[in-house]
Amino acid sequence: MAKTSPFLALLKRDIKLSIRRAGETLLPLFFLFAVVVLIPLGVGPGPNLLSLMAPGMIWVAALLASLLALDQLFRGDLDDGTLEQWFIGPSSGYAQLGARLISHWLISALPVIVFSPLAAIMLHLPLEALPVLILTLLIGTPALSLIGSLAAALTLTTRGAGGLLPILVFPMVVPLLIFATGAVSLAAEGTVSNPHLGLLLAFTILNLSLMPIAIRAALKMNLE
Amino acid sequence: MTLLQAERLTFQRGGEDIFEPVSLTLAAGRVIVIRGDNGAGKTTLLRVLAGVLSPSSGCVRLNAEPIFVGHLPAVKADLSGRENLHYERQLGASQTTIAMALIQVGLAGMGARPARTLSAGQKKRLGLARLLVRNAPIWLLDEPYASLDAAGCARVDALIDAHTSQGGAVVLSTHQQLPQLDAAIDYLNVASASAADG
Repeated sequence: MAKTSPFLALLKRDIKLSIRRAGETLLPLFFLFAVVVLIPLGVGPGPNLLSLMAPGMIWVAALLASLLALDQLFRGDLDDGTLEQWFIGPSSGYAQLGARLISHWLISALPVIVFSPLAAIMLHLPLEALPVLILTLLIGTPALSLIGSLAAALTLTTRGAGGLLPILVFPMVVPLLIFATGAVSLAAEGTVSNPHLGLLLAFTILNLSLMPIAIRAALKMNLE
Repeated sequence: MTLLQAERLTFQRGGEDIFEPVSLTLAAGRVIVIRGDNGAGKTTLLRVLAGVLSPSSGCVRLNAEPIFVGHLPAVKADLSGRENLHYERQLGASQTTIAMALIQVGLAGMGARPARTLSAGQKKRLGLARLLVRNAPIWLLDEPYASLDAAGCARVDALIDAHTSQGGAVVLSTHQQLPQLDAAIDYLNVASASAADG
């Protein structure tokens, strides 16, 4: 049997496990639609008000939805001993961490992105803003996953970490929320939203380059 | 041939040494048994040797692929025994097939069951089956006899003997049962650094 890289082996196992736990896996998506369906009931179905609020609501829902799966991101692996296996021998653990971050994004963020056009239509977001909404989600959700993963790694062995997670995550995602909703709102008004998208991209690249180092250090610290 | 060498290893937690400095050399075909009381630092030493923990001083040199089986069996509860071993095999397969490994650890016919339905002892055996399907000459085993019955312990001894006779080497920790092996055993007594101070 040919040797598979640890990255691919873990990615395949993670995806298999999340298909097996479909109920948990689809929770972020249910959450997004719960928000989209309930908000018009709360604030009234007027299309003007909803279309004004749509970019912010979809992004806040995506943000909160991403928090749902965070608590279990590394905890199951810590409890069954598979986390320490990431660091055996010459392995630095980065391949496994990369696989976990990508599988987390595929499972928690990608379904939200795929169904965001439906959510946007339900909230009367102008159609010309739709490509920009999808673009902001594609660019921004990886940063969201990375920030959440750092918080999950830092609180891995902390008791009652569920309450701590949002407190750690929210301040770090404020720039993300401002640039992303700013871009979508400008697009909805028919204005150019490139500067916002550029800043959003820069924020994600910054996170992509630095966060893995911090997350790995936090995980190793929690294994001591 | 030396497979693993460690020189003056120490590990600090909260600024205090966990165990007295340890040096060891593990040659092919040999077994090192780490002995010590509860809390002496056997598990910590094995985790340092495995690379899970970075030593505070000293260094570990590995000349072959290691595999570590700790207190936790490192099997996914939602996957079947066979799926768990398939994952392990992807990381570097040995000659032993999954079916053969399950038979050797006494789990024949249970490969399709989700690991969560296995008992603690059976999970432990599944964890040990990981050793057989992986092509890793260095076995690092933390309390391999814990939660196994007498037949299970004898099976572990047989697995270790088979492994060392094929040129593998084993470091294991135990605080109770001493292994009954054909292979040459070196004993390493680990003393808690704080106990030595007091």
